[in-house]
Amino acid sequence: MPEDPKSPPPPPTGEPKAPAGQPVPASVQSTPVEKPPAATAKPAAPAAPAKPAGPVPLPWESPLVTKLQRQYGSGIQEAKSYVGQNYLVLDPSIAHEVLQILRDEEEFEYCVDLTAVHYPQREKQFDLVWILYSFAHNMRLRVKTIIADGESFPSSVDIWPTTNWLEREVFDMFGITFTGHPDLKRILLPDGWKGYPLRKDYGIIQQDQEWVQINLGIESGQ
Amino acid sequence: MGADQPGDRERPIKMTDPTTYLSHLELGEPDKTFLDSNELIINMGPQHPATHGVLRVILKLDGEKVLGTECVIGYLHRGVEKIAENRTYTMFNPYVDRMDYVAAVSNGLGYCQAVEKLLNIEAPPRANYIRVILTELNRLASHQLWLGTHALDIGAMTPLFYTFRDREEILKIFERYCGARLTTHAFRIGGCQYETYDGFEQDVKNFIDTAPAKIDEYEELLTTNRIWVERTVGVGKISAEDCKALGVTGPVLRASGVKWDIRKALPYANYSEFDFEIPTGQNGDTFDRYIVRMQEMRQSLRILRQAVERIPEGPIMAKVPKIMKPPVGEVYHSIEAPKGELGYFMVSDGSTQPYRVRVRPPSFVNLQALDIMVRGQLVADVIAVIGTLDIVLGEVDR
Repeated sequence: MPEDPKSPPPPPTGEPKAPAGQPVPASVQSTPVEKPPAATAKPAAPAAPAKPAGPVPLPWESPLVTKLQRQYGSGIQEAKSYVGQNYLVLDPSIAHEVLQILRDEEEFEYCVDLTAVHYPQREKQFDLVWILYSFAHNMRLRVKTIIADGESFPSSVDIWPTTNWLEREVFDMFGITFTGHPDLKRILLPDGWKGYPLRKDYGIIQQDQEWVQINLGIESGQ
Repeated sequence: MGADQPGDRERPIKMTDPTTYLSHLELGEPDKTFLDSNELIINMGPQHPATHGVLRVILKLDGEKVLGTECVIGYLHRGVEKIAENRTYTMFNPYVDRMDYVAAVSNGLGYCQAVEKLLNIEAPPRANYIRVILTELNRLASHQLWLGTHALDIGAMTPLFYTFRDREEILKIFERYCGARLTTHAFRIGGCQYETYDGFEQDVKNFIDTAPAKIDEYEELLTTNRIWVERTVGVGKISAEDCKALGVTGPVLRASGVKWDIRKALPYANYSEFDFEIPTGQNGDTFDRYIVRMQEMRQSLRILRQAVERIPEGPIMAKVPKIMKPPVGEVYHSIEAPKGELGYFMVSDGSTQPYRVRVRPPSFVNLQALDIMVRGQLVADVIAVIGTLDIVLGEVDR
């Protein structure tokens, strides 16, 4: 049975989990630079006043931000701090360069994690998120860039070798490709699998039935 | 599986064809002086007792020497991150126990604290003390299990019986506290669901009193044991620079000489109230990692002693809404799990279900260092290095 009719998750090509009127995460609202007016109009306006109790992202000021802003100007789309956690939103065209600077000059020598978030209702659907840490400054920093579906991003394996597997996982789960990656292939799912499970339009019980039938010799994995 | 079925020849995907792997390794010419042998590609695992689960390592060998490795993982992939997006915050809580099932309490602590950060609430002091006690007990249990199985892989059978005997004491405390021994689901978002049982403090105190002598026993069996030393000293070396570049954390990083522990660097719960040391090694080899973990067990006992003596009275749950709708936002929270940095990156869209939960598993990232650690070493050392990395495949594959 490919799909359970009772289950709430959406069909493969249907609409995403969050309804259109649903507020989108804070960082998304505050990046009007990247977004066309059509996408911003519905979610952004009611979201902020609807949740007065919640913490809001505050501007993050530090010598690092000043330096980067002087060098890249509007390429640094956002420098904010949310519940004490600092993050930068970068234009994808400069993101790889800034990551290199962050490691070489600002001593963020440990890339904790790299992941992605899918927002199907936006025009540029994917957030790529690096979580960096500096041993010298005992500081954690989140770097984010927003890219469109089908757009590939320069691999950061040359900056932090640890991103090798992390990029493979992002590719495996979201289908985002990284140019210059030494060996970009699936990591958790089998090589021949079709579909990218962590995209919002991939149903929770959806599977690559063909793969299951061929390789496991059973009709369905469900 | 179904290897002799009629449709076999048309199969587009061959699950076990090692030639599809190892394409990226620049291995150079084989060393002809060593037994004059040619390169050999063999599979280790996934059904191999020394791979601690279902890890498959493809080895490129020249005789006994390892030229390169590639890990094939995902055999235990259950898609927990996808499941999280389709569950409420509370419903997902028990799932995290199934990642690193050897240290389920740590997993739960990280998750609960990440959601608490999203909700902007804090657990009351007594809950924090209970959390620290159970988490440190779990660290001991995890290290004991690691020691037993690691020694068994290398050929020393006795430590396994010793460590399992003592781990039992910890699991009994868990069982009395929450009814479960492994997948404990001990904590709730906002604190702990259960008050400690009568005699909890006494049980923990008894454990603390007897444990140092037991750790001495393990050390007596191994630390100066000639076979153990031969099999571990200088095996699977990794430098501090390589550790940082590869994102390796936990005891592996500390054994390479980096004094870094999230409990000290970015304290969470109430770890800043306790007095303890961060043990480090110098050589970054298997022996140092063993020594670091043994010392960590003693430091955990130190934390436990302080926590049990100072545990305050008071509520164990913060005021948490019945239906959790964290405000829109993103947080990253990480803890020092027994295996390294365990992080949760959570995105809330203001609804009852998380928009995205990303787990940063220490085992997954640490396993990446296997290749660099075993190149040029012998096949038997691969077993030692897999053991010393202390991976749990449930967490690697999620």
